[in-house]
Amino acid sequence: MMAVARANMNILEADSDKLLAAVRDLLAAKGLVSNAELSERIAITDAANPGQGARMVAKAWTDPTYRALMLEDGTRAAEELGIPMRGAPPLGVLENAPDVHNLVVCTLCSCYPRAVLGYPPFWFKSAAYRARAVRDPRGLLAEWGTVLPPGVKIRIVDSTADYRWMVLPLRPAGTEGWSEAQLAAIVREGDMIGVTIPVAPAH
Amino acid sequence: MVEFAPGVPVRVKDDWPETRGPVHIRTPHYLRGLRGTVVRRLGEYPNPEDLAFARPAARRALYHVAFDQPAVWHEGQAGDELLVEIYEHWLEPA
Repeated sequence: MMAVARANMNILEADSDKLLAAVRDLLAAKGLVSNAELSERIAITDAANPGQGARMVAKAWTDPTYRALMLEDGTRAAEELGIPMRGAPPLGVLENAPDVHNLVVCTLCSCYPRAVLGYPPFWFKSAAYRARAVRDPRGLLAEWGTVLPPGVKIRIVDSTADYRWMVLPLRPAGTEGWSEAQLAAIVREGDMIGVTIPVAPAH
Repeated sequence: MVEFAPGVPVRVKDDWPETRGPVHIRTPHYLRGLRGTVVRRLGEYPNPEDLAFARPAARRALYHVAFDQPAVWHEGQAGDELLVEIYEHWLEPA
């Protein structure tokens, strides 16, 4: 296997599977990261999904102490629900309010709170979303069918550096008395990025 | 380096290291030279501009800075704002 790593390959033209195998073997040979650690990390990354963020949102809607923790330290709030955060960038949570709506974007690349929302949706990485979120957020929200009440200002959060950001949306009317599980079921990926807002299904 | 308190007006440096050679910059082009307001300090992190090239990276303070969104683009709705992470060495007092 080391022969692969030592081969004089042009990394820009190398077969990606072979390149990955070579890098993995080098990391293991140098004692930096074992294959078992890499597999564990890949499993954690693959398992992350918007349901994890939705559980945090639902708990924040029903537990004021948890809500305060989530706004103060998103990483600790995620860990409190058993979401693995070791090795993940710090998580910040920004709260929507009756007069302010948060919209998360990464104009430079595709920084995304993967630990709590999973892999970013394809459109989050698109040049169009990244450009328009900062320049024409209201036009963008309109295309998502998201209607903000009059007087609500938009705060566009450009995730440029070491933090990852998620939105704590407003709890929709018509969900009074719901359990955490019921609430978590209506929170979507887009609600925690800010392109949409949660709605209670009509009964 | 100067520490900026929440509420302090700042200006993003009007600097373009991209024109001087290979770089990895986390300060968006659209904010260079513009004025904003410090919202909070987000801690200190190894400078990504060195980290990206495997150079020794000094820890730098990272700030959340708010910008008036319509002023950036000369369009948009009054009151909307941009909230962006900017490293201390890109900020100067305004």
